[in-house]
Amino acid sequence: MNKILLIIKREFLTRVRKRSFLVVTLLIPVFFAGLLIIPILIATSSNEDKRIAVIDDSHLFLGRFPDSKGTYYKYLTNIKVDTFKYEQYGYSGLLYIPDLDIKRPSGITYYSSGQPGIGVESNITKHVNDIIEEKRLENAGIDREKLSAAKSDITIDFKSGADGKKGNSAVAYGVGYASGFIIYIILMFFGMAVMRGVMEEKVSRIAEVMISSVKPFQLMMGKIIGIAGVGLLQFLIWVALILSLKLILPLFFSAETLHAATQGGGMMQNGGNAAAIEAIEKVRYVIGSINWTLIISCFIFYFLGGYLFYSALFAAVGSLVNEDPTDVQSLTFPITLPIIIGLMIMISTVQNPDSRLAFWGSIIPFTSPMVMMARLPYGVPGTVPYWQLALSMVLLVVGFLGMTWMAGKIYRTGILMYGKKITWKEAIKWIGKKN
Amino acid sequence: MNLIEVKNLRKDYATHKAVDDISFVIPRGSIFGLLGPNGAGKTTLLRMITGIFYPDSGQILFNNQPFDPERDIQSIGYMPEERGLYKKMKVGEQTLYLAQLKGMREKEARDKIKYWFDKLDINTWYNKKVEELSKGMQQKVQFISTIIHNPSLLILDEPFSGLDPINANLIKQEIFDLSKSGTTIIFSTHRMEQVEEICDRIILVNKGKKILDGEVKQIKQDFKQHLFRIGVGTMPNFAQMATWHFSIIKQEDHAYTVKLSEGSTTNDILMHFIRHEIPVTYFQEILPSINEVFIDKVQEMEQPLN
Repeated sequence: MNKILLIIKREFLTRVRKRSFLVVTLLIPVFFAGLLIIPILIATSSNEDKRIAVIDDSHLFLGRFPDSKGTYYKYLTNIKVDTFKYEQYGYSGLLYIPDLDIKRPSGITYYSSGQPGIGVESNITKHVNDIIEEKRLENAGIDREKLSAAKSDITIDFKSGADGKKGNSAVAYGVGYASGFIIYIILMFFGMAVMRGVMEEKVSRIAEVMISSVKPFQLMMGKIIGIAGVGLLQFLIWVALILSLKLILPLFFSAETLHAATQGGGMMQNGGNAAAIEAIEKVRYVIGSINWTLIISCFIFYFLGGYLFYSALFAAVGSLVNEDPTDVQSLTFPITLPIIIGLMIMISTVQNPDSRLAFWGSIIPFTSPMVMMARLPYGVPGTVPYWQLALSMVLLVVGFLGMTWMAGKIYRTGILMYGKKITWKEAIKWIGKKN
Repeated sequence: MNLIEVKNLRKDYATHKAVDDISFVIPRGSIFGLLGPNGAGKTTLLRMITGIFYPDSGQILFNNQPFDPERDIQSIGYMPEERGLYKKMKVGEQTLYLAQLKGMREKEARDKIKYWFDKLDINTWYNKKVEELSKGMQQKVQFISTIIHNPSLLILDEPFSGLDPINANLIKQEIFDLSKSGTTIIFSTHRMEQVEEICDRIILVNKGKKILDGEVKQIKQDFKQHLFRIGVGTMPNFAQMATWHFSIIKQEDHAYTVKLSEGSTTNDILMHFIRHEIPVTYFQEILPSINEVFIDKVQEMEQPLN
């Protein structure tokens, strides 16, 4: 037992100490964050200050557009829209409001040479609507305060399943898809890492030295568990990064968004913030509609179970490969195939979690780590009865024990076979053989 | 006392018998040579003694008890022919790791590493990666990691391949020292001159079968051809050499190689030279080299019907 710990320690430390570990661990979230943040940054802010000319023939909007960071409104009078060359005066856009019929306002136009940007567009639209609404209320003799008090803002809980747990199919779809896909990536990425590790030991001929000190099975399991540790550490670092990103993120956005995010309901009168608050409410609602304890603990179970199930097979492949790296392709194919099939079943499952395909896919250990994760967010025991979850878990554990046993047999023979091309057919014969 | 007793060991592969009914004993503290051509079954035999393979049948006794890989593996140091180290690992860490896997405590292992690194003068490599070392240097590291845990049985498969003469000598000296301090050594090779120099006992295997085993001295005696070499001060004429006590195998400048006839003694040869007043400068028995015995026996096996 002590030996297996030593092997786990070495496998873990040699990988974690590598510079590439740090680079990959830090760069991947930066890359994804970049994918998310950069378009928002481009859309919401530009480096130059925007000066917007307002020609208001209706006289309703004078001074009503609040300046904000980087955006300034200038109200012009006695100027004809048709002839005014706003660019020549340094304006980036021109908002023209004709004399309006307050009941049927039309003809409000924003002129600009380039794309105005989401921020400007939504700001102007919001303010114009607010002001017209206010004017109409005033005309109808309705008190703004009273209206606010009468306004209803109820969120309805959509419950599904026997015990009436909250459910939301769009959220279930997203969570199911994401966790299924992450498991797919983990199986491939860390499976390949196990395989490369075994290949390295075989090609550098250290395997025979090692096996004169430890059992082949200990060597194989030590590597598998060590690499699982690397995966878990990486996962934890990412979780920590996401949490800290939540703190850093506001720095990238304008003061308005920051206020909305931090101060919540206190800023109702500002239209932009109301939208932000609404969004936050939505997120809260979505988060509340999922049984996160169940999802996260099942995710960890299926992540580990699936990894253990496949990594032993990847180790067996690594032990079959000789110096010729082209062997790898043909030898890994029978293992990557069920993983890819699992991914495809998973994609169909998130749309139709009750189908027969989804049921069998989530029970059979070859695909269950991905497919079950796609079904679980739709509700337990609503969509996935407890017996199905239990059966799937038991089968995965049994499957991984069986796979490890078989792969161990192949591994202990393969790792000492040099200079000969080995096929799966031969390797499978080794399973029945005693050494 | 025997450290190892191998009884009727067999191991079959799909296509051939790798080890076919081999038995031998290795006395404690001896240097035991395992000889045979390539593919004779040496590596399979060694892998069974190191617990990597299980025999199909037969028995291995280690310290007079049935071999138990779990326990006895700790007292064995094995340097396989296919050398291997983790290339990206530092020399010191690697030796420490392999020592710990043999059951040593970290502190004890560090002390031992320091001792051996000093002794073989490789202290400056401690923090180098294995891939930065030359092949010969890697061999030294491999040797140290094989003996670091003070095994009672040391198995060396072609230990000198890839070593320059100076380092080969250094390792050879270490092997002798270990043997003197009581380590039993199995030395597998097909380089015969090393066998004669180093081994006390040998076993010769070919095609999975044992051809012969025993003490090196005894084997040389058993296979001697009764050849003698005699040096002379002046070359005698042809008539003076006529005798039934011996026949001349080879005549060189100031020396003869002769074969003793059956029923005659070495003194008969000397008497003949003395009687003819041929000055003898030296007289020496020619024993067969293990190499000759080896080639002889292997060829005999190739043509068993002659």
